[in-house]
Amino acid sequence: MAKGLTVRDLSFDYGPKRALDRVSFALDQGMFCALLGPNGAGKSTLVSLMTRLLVAPEGDISIAGHDLRHAPRQALAELGVVFQQPTLDLNLTVRQNLSYFAALHGLPASEVDGRIDMALGQLDMSERAGEKVGKLNGGHRRRMELARALLHQPKVLLLDEPTVGLDAAARHAITDHVHALAKDDMSVLWTTHLTDEVRDDDHLLVLHQGRILADGTTGELRGNAKLSDWFLDQTKVAS
Amino acid sequence: MNGFGRVAWAIISREFLRYVHQRERFIAALVRPLVWLLIFAAGFRATLGLSIIPPYQTYITYETYIVPGLCAMVLLFNGMQSSLSLVYDRELGSMRLLLTSPFPRWWLLFCRLFGATAISILQVYTFLIIAALFGIKMPTVGYIAVLPALVLAGLMLGALGLVLSSLIKQLENFAGVMNFVIFPMFFMSSALYPLWRIGESSPLLRDICALNPFTYAVELIRFSLYLQINWIALAWVLASALFLSAAALWGYEPSRGLMKRKV
Repeated sequence: MAKGLTVRDLSFDYGPKRALDRVSFALDQGMFCALLGPNGAGKSTLVSLMTRLLVAPEGDISIAGHDLRHAPRQALAELGVVFQQPTLDLNLTVRQNLSYFAALHGLPASEVDGRIDMALGQLDMSERAGEKVGKLNGGHRRRMELARALLHQPKVLLLDEPTVGLDAAARHAITDHVHALAKDDMSVLWTTHLTDEVRDDDHLLVLHQGRILADGTTGELRGNAKLSDWFLDQTKVAS
Repeated sequence: MNGFGRVAWAIISREFLRYVHQRERFIAALVRPLVWLLIFAAGFRATLGLSIIPPYQTYITYETYIVPGLCAMVLLFNGMQSSLSLVYDRELGSMRLLLTSPFPRWWLLFCRLFGATAISILQVYTFLIIAALFGIKMPTVGYIAVLPALVLAGLMLGALGLVLSSLIKQLENFAGVMNFVIFPMFFMSSALYPLWRIGESSPLLRDICALNPFTYAVELIRFSLYLQINWIALAWVLASALFLSAAALWGYEPSRGLMKRKV
C-alpha cells in the first residue's frame, strides 16, 4: 500500500534542549492515527516540522510519496493542516477566508467557488458562507478550518489538537467527521492529549519527551486497561 | 492567471482588505506628516534659511523642502506598521497559513512586501494631494515621475520591516525596536534639513547621515519630484533594498532564522 505519511529518524533541538529524538513512524493511506502525548511531549514541534515551518537538520519526512526536504511544493500541496492555534481572519467572511486559502494553494479561480460550496456542505456550514468569521462560535470556526484544510483535496490531513476549547458536542462532531475522512482513503494524523478522542481501531502513537514510546493499534496496545490508565503508566515508566 | 499570479493577487488584495478595515490607520498615517508639514514646518520656516541646492533652481520655502522627506516618512512608518502586523500575524497564527502554502517562500514574502508598499504609495499620494490643496505644490509631471522612486524606496523600507519582524520574537518587544529604528532613521537623514546644514553644527553627524539609506530614499524622491535622477541615491536605495530583501529571506528561512523559536 502506498504510504501516506512517513517520518524517519527525525530529531530537532531548540538550542541545547532536545525536542524530538529520532522519531520514526509511517501512516498508510486511509489510516486514522492518533498521536497522543502529554503537554511538552514535542507534538507541536513535530507539526511545525511536517508543515515546513521548521526544518530539521536530521531525518526525513515524506508526504504522499514526496520528500518534504527535496520537493516541498509537491509535498505541501498534498497536505491539509488544522493548526492548534486559530488561523482565521476574523474581519473577513467565511467565503473570503476560504478563497484566500484556495489562492494560496494556487487553485484555479474557476474551481474555487465549487470547492468551497462542497467543503462547507460536507460540514453543514453552507448557510454560514457569507458570515464574518468573528461572529461564528468556536465549534463553527473549527469546522470552517477543517473545511479549509480539505479545500485542495489533500491526501494527508494533519490536525494539531483540533478540539481544544470546544464543547462535547462539537468535539464529537469533528472527531466523527475526521474518522469518516480516513475511511475515504485519506491519511489522518490527529495530535491530542485527550485519551477519550482515541478509538480502539485507531492507530496510536505515544510521544513522550520527544520519543515514540508506543506504535500500534490502540485496542491491542492498551489490552484490558483503560486507555487513560495505560497512557499514564507508559509516560510514568518513561519518566 | 497562473498559480503565482493567483497567490500574488490573493495576498495583495488581502492587504488592501485589511487596510480598509483599519480606517484609523489611514488617518493616523496622514495626520503624522501633515502635522509636520503644516505646524512644524510653518514654525521653522522663519528660522531656517535654505540656500539653492539641487534639484531646486530657485529659493524654496521650508514646507516645500520637507515634502519629499515626509513622503519617505509615510513609507517608513508604513514599512514598520507592516512589520508590526507580521509579528501580530505570527502571534495570531495567520503567518503559519501563509508560510505553509506550497509556493516558494521568497514569492510569498515578496507579495506581502509588494502589497504593503502599494498601500504606502496610496497614502503618499493622498498626502501629496492634501499638501497641494494647502498650496505646497510640486511640478505637475513630478507627481508621475516620482512613482518608481516611491516603489523602490517603499520596497526598501518594507524589506527593513520584514527583517525586523523576523528578529522580533514577541509583540511587546516591538515598541522598543521601533524607537531604535524609526526615530534615528528619520532624524539622522536629509528629511528635515539638508546635509550641509547638519554639517555646519556637526560634521560627524553629517557623515552618519550620509551613511543612512533613508537619506538616499528621501533624495531619490526629492529629485524624482523635480524630474531628475540622483544616481547615487538610486544606487544606494537599490543596493539597500537588495541587501535587506536577502536578509529578510534569510530571517524567514525555516532552517535558519526561525529555527530557534516556535513560529
